[in-house]
Amino acid sequence: MAIDIRVPIGLLFLVLGGMLVVFGAVTHFSDPTMYERSLGVNINFWWGLVMLAFGAGMYHYGARRVREQAPTTE
Amino acid sequence: MNSSLAWIDYSIIVIYFAFVLGIGFALKRHMKTSSDFLLSARSIPAWVAGLAFISANLGAQEVIGMAASGAKYGLATAHFYWLGAIPAMAFVGIFMMPFYYGSRARSVPEYLRLRFDEKTRALNAISFALMTIMSSGISMYAMALLIENLHIFDAPMRALGLPQSWIFHLSILVSALITLGYVYLGGLTSAIYNEVLQFFLIVAGFFPLVWLGLKNVGGWEGLVAKAPEGFTQVWRGMTSAETSPFGVEVFGLAMGLGFVLSFAYWCTDFLVVQRAMAADSMSAARRTPLIAAFPKMIFPFLVILPGLIAVALPTPTVAPEATPGAVVTQAESMGKGIIPAKVNSAGEVQFDTDGKPVLDYDRAIPNMLMHYFPTGMLGLGLAALLASFMSGMAGNITAFNTVWTFDIYQAHIKPHASDKHYLWMGHFATFFGTAVSIAAAYVAMSFNNIMDLLQLVFAFVNAPLLATFLLGMFWKRTSANGAFFGLLAGFGTAIVHHGLTLPKGASWGVKGGWIQVAEVYRTEMAQNFWAAIYAWTACFVVTIVVSLVTKPHKDEDLAGLVYSLTPHTVDEHPVWYKKPAVLGVVVVASAIALNVIFK
Repeated sequence: MAIDIRVPIGLLFLVLGGMLVVFGAVTHFSDPTMYERSLGVNINFWWGLVMLAFGAGMYHYGARRVREQAPTTE
Repeated sequence: MNSSLAWIDYSIIVIYFAFVLGIGFALKRHMKTSSDFLLSARSIPAWVAGLAFISANLGAQEVIGMAASGAKYGLATAHFYWLGAIPAMAFVGIFMMPFYYGSRARSVPEYLRLRFDEKTRALNAISFALMTIMSSGISMYAMALLIENLHIFDAPMRALGLPQSWIFHLSILVSALITLGYVYLGGLTSAIYNEVLQFFLIVAGFFPLVWLGLKNVGGWEGLVAKAPEGFTQVWRGMTSAETSPFGVEVFGLAMGLGFVLSFAYWCTDFLVVQRAMAADSMSAARRTPLIAAFPKMIFPFLVILPGLIAVALPTPTVAPEATPGAVVTQAESMGKGIIPAKVNSAGEVQFDTDGKPVLDYDRAIPNMLMHYFPTGMLGLGLAALLASFMSGMAGNITAFNTVWTFDIYQAHIKPHASDKHYLWMGHFATFFGTAVSIAAAYVAMSFNNIMDLLQLVFAFVNAPLLATFLLGMFWKRTSANGAFFGLLAGFGTAIVHHGLTLPKGASWGVKGGWIQVAEVYRTEMAQNFWAAIYAWTACFVVTIVVSLVTKPHKDEDLAGLVYSLTPHTVDEHPVWYKKPAVLGVVVVASAIALNVIFK
């Protein structure tokens, strides 16, 4: 296989999750009213955190596979 | 319900587009032969092929349509998954994949060439090529219409100084260019990789939506209490056509949807089968649909529940004193839950013949997103929606370019050319396939009825094909002429059935009845199910009869293509959870359990 798909998936989730966590943390204090629609849950922050964890896991296993295969492939 | 998008939402969408194209660029240098480009050189691991298998099917119509159906009929919509997909997915993995993968055919039509003859392949290849390109155009049109109606890109268009009327055209052009870009660069591998990425993005966008919605209505018990009666049960009223939400009784449902339509799609449609054929081994190919069956079983909770929650929420009333400034339109107050009534171009609410407002069920998912998601998550939810559009479109394009290149161009226009030439043709087919899709999207815009009719015709193409494959794979006596004339008889029967029947309340024409109205079905769905049953039966019977009076193939020509003449595949995996048969049993048992739990 040319590239391990887990690497880009991991990276995308790390980037998007990171953005949501930071945005959620900032707006938590600057604009708490925007979370009324999500039932008072800061869904940006918490779901961003879940996405970060998932992205880190995907990236970790994908990159480990790439490292293992590196000596044998071109 | 006016939710405005901010820079972060647009950034999320743009970053997603960048990743999609980035995968295409990363794969570009690996595309050296036509096999790399059109078949992924049979190198995809089972779990990747499995997620792509389900994602390619998860197009625009799926996400929007299933939530709409959930809002309209309730959890009965899950029949399209637990009855209308899982058994067929288990069947194709365990019983049919050994012949598809083992015959080394490069496409479904090519299997027909190996098993039967050139004319059967040509019939299938041409109808399939037309069908995929048209449905890609139809979904592109649906997506552009949705984006326009949601007004999500109004602000950036204003900022760029472009007229609002361009949103529709730009939506089509931009989505087509991005899909074309990543398929053109990285071929089938790129489409499959992106489908896996899209799968995770769709889950990431929809899971929190369902979680918030359920939390809001008071969990599952709250939903049962607040949704219309019976909406949380799958089998309620299914025993007779009068009380069934779909207007069909158990037999029509089980035969039409559970057997003919579902097996025809999952077992013979190259769009999905192509993903399994790209797997890296026979075992991986057989496990592809079985792995896909697990998320497919869970998907009703992600795509149907939002529709149920949308109708369980309180309907906004005119002049709410609690939130000053919030404007409730007439369409919203005449709707059900947060699903508004349909309005015409003049903004007037539409009523049906009984004087009740017609509801715009397709707004279930978009309205749920805007109801619950703040800026930030809203961008993620919209990116997930766009991801589903693109994975469906890319699935059509990759299936089209392979069938065009191998089954039409190489077979009939220019055989014996160099591989380099076919690689070039694969690229070119990707390009003109996209161009024809765009044209089809505009045809859909101008002639809605023609597209309805075409979609109907396409539904008839698959149903008889299933009989051809079942007989071809499991009865060695089936002859080439039997298959060919059986298929024609199946198409003919479907057309005649359409001409003789009408759904209730429709007038003759595109909806049927153009010969004479012999039977009126309660719903359009009932009409489709029965059309499929008749078409399949006609093909099945005619294929057998013609086969018995025509010359059979020699046994030695059929090795690896027919069940009785193929050595049984031995599972090379000692681990039990990698054995297709074990997985198949688990999948079917889980689907039965879900039907019992939510009966």
